[in-house]
Amino acid sequence: MNTSIDIKTRSIGKISLKKIKKITPGWLLLYTFMVLLVGFTALPLIYMISTAFKPIDELFLFPPRYFVKRPTLQNFYDLVITLGSSTVPFLRYVFNSIYTTAITVFLTVIVSSLGAYGLVKHKPPGSKVLFKFIIAALMFSPHVCQIPRYMVVNSMGLINSHWALIVTNIAVAYNFFLMKQFTEQFPNELLEAARIDGANEWRTFWKIVMPALTPAWSTLVVFSFISNWNDYFTTLIYITSQAQKTLPLALHTIAGGAAGTSIGRAGAVAASTFLMTVPTVIIFTAMQGKVMETMTHSGIKG
Amino acid sequence: MGKSISIFFKKHGTGYLFMLPFLILFTIFIIVPVFVALGTSFTNYNMLQTAQWIGLNNYKLLFLDDRIFLTALANTLVFACITGPIGYIMSFASAWVINQLKLRRAFALAFYAPSITSSIAMTVVWLYFFSSDRYGLINNVLINLGLIDSPILWNKDPNYIMPVIIIISVWMSMGTGFLVFLAGLQNINRVYYEAAAIDGVKNKFQELYYVTLPQMKPQLLFGAINSIVSSFSVFDIAVSVAGMPSPNYAGHTIVAHLYDYAFIRFQMGYASAIAMVLFLMTYILGQVVMKMLLTKEE
Repeated sequence: MNTSIDIKTRSIGKISLKKIKKITPGWLLLYTFMVLLVGFTALPLIYMISTAFKPIDELFLFPPRYFVKRPTLQNFYDLVITLGSSTVPFLRYVFNSIYTTAITVFLTVIVSSLGAYGLVKHKPPGSKVLFKFIIAALMFSPHVCQIPRYMVVNSMGLINSHWALIVTNIAVAYNFFLMKQFTEQFPNELLEAARIDGANEWRTFWKIVMPALTPAWSTLVVFSFISNWNDYFTTLIYITSQAQKTLPLALHTIAGGAAGTSIGRAGAVAASTFLMTVPTVIIFTAMQGKVMETMTHSGIKG
Repeated sequence: MGKSISIFFKKHGTGYLFMLPFLILFTIFIIVPVFVALGTSFTNYNMLQTAQWIGLNNYKLLFLDDRIFLTALANTLVFACITGPIGYIMSFASAWVINQLKLRRAFALAFYAPSITSSIAMTVVWLYFFSSDRYGLINNVLINLGLIDSPILWNKDPNYIMPVIIIISVWMSMGTGFLVFLAGLQNINRVYYEAAAIDGVKNKFQELYYVTLPQMKPQLLFGAINSIVSSFSVFDIAVSVAGMPSPNYAGHTIVAHLYDYAFIRFQMGYASAIAMVLFLMTYILGQVVMKMLLTKEE
């Protein structure tokens, strides 16, 4: 009798101990801390979403209120009116932006991945020097290179062409460096196994290396998308024709330079900032699953 | 001779072919402009007249006569020494912790938000926090607590400009490193964790020290170089906080100085010389970091 009770309490004790182990004060503290930290970093996102739906009197409230009180779609309506008065239809800008960004992101991911694989896994003579050049290029201030680069693009006859926006943003030192670092971790034994099995280099790259590097190129897609989607400076330099302009530059024009300087269009600006951010958030949420995907291939002994 | 060339290409041709697209574009759009800029740094060039060769004069002027440059240099060094390491460590710590949390996707998005919405983050959120009147959040709190009588002029008082720029920059710049580290954590072979568990690694911190950090050297190196480059080229945030020129040049940085000469005064030669100095500083530091985080592949 006595012993059975003893066993019972013991087992209860064990169960409750297990539960306590799951929610220890340390974990609780950690979660609280992380929620606070993340709540703080998420402020601009929250602010931007709520601002897009604010009526005009709430837009100019100071100090600003984070949450909208009387949400309205007026800002989006204003944006359509403002853009409607221009000779170039709004969808044209959207198309230009999507078109150039998609091609640039796609090509930079492919070109950087191919190059990094060639450099890391084949190490042809000169690789070390090339890598030194890439690191050096990364560190050289881009401001002073703008004018020489303009001359190069100009001599190729690419001014006012979307290709000017694409070709100048493919071979980015950063992107190559990123892919190179991840490719280094790919086990050589796997490559040798594939070669013994008779797969050629091209097939090995696409069927074995790229799938295993999913977190790496997904990260690159996010970085490259954000920088190219928001880049109005390159367009400003190389594109003069209105119909060829991209969304950020068009929106920049509406806002009248720096965001919020023209008071009458504050609503339209809030709405356009919101619309510009939506694709970025979509790309981030779509890719982050891949960024954080635990690689099953890496279970293979390397 | 011809035979040895063909052997050479048989051996290394595939490697070069893989690198070819990058090499071509990189040479045309990066290497050539960088070398042109490098050459410009030894000239007097105002973009209208042809460049005149003046040797090392730009560099002499920079270090001997340009007091504002020396202020900018000092500001940038202070900024980089604080922001670089703090941002680097915090972004790694956040990636490591968030990777183990439930709802990690939501956490990751929220943490990455400043990088997605950089312009808003800059102008609106921080304006509200560091506004120089008594409605600014921080002034308001300090006044209500009775710590100060009159609002602090965060973005006008030379004593506060640099600390404010540093705080905002740390908060804004963590995204890149964070995402790379998050991806790097997935890229580690699970076998190492299993082996470590057999070898008697007990808790998460031992695992971090013995497995995660050594295995993540490539990403740690990328993050470190990224931190160095971005902290030495601080500009946008400094200008939006303090304006240009900032009061008493308290927020003046090397890139701000460069921008001033390149796009306001149109003295490209001088601007290129500034770029060279900045480049040499970051490159030397970068080499030191690379020695420290050397991977066995190299």
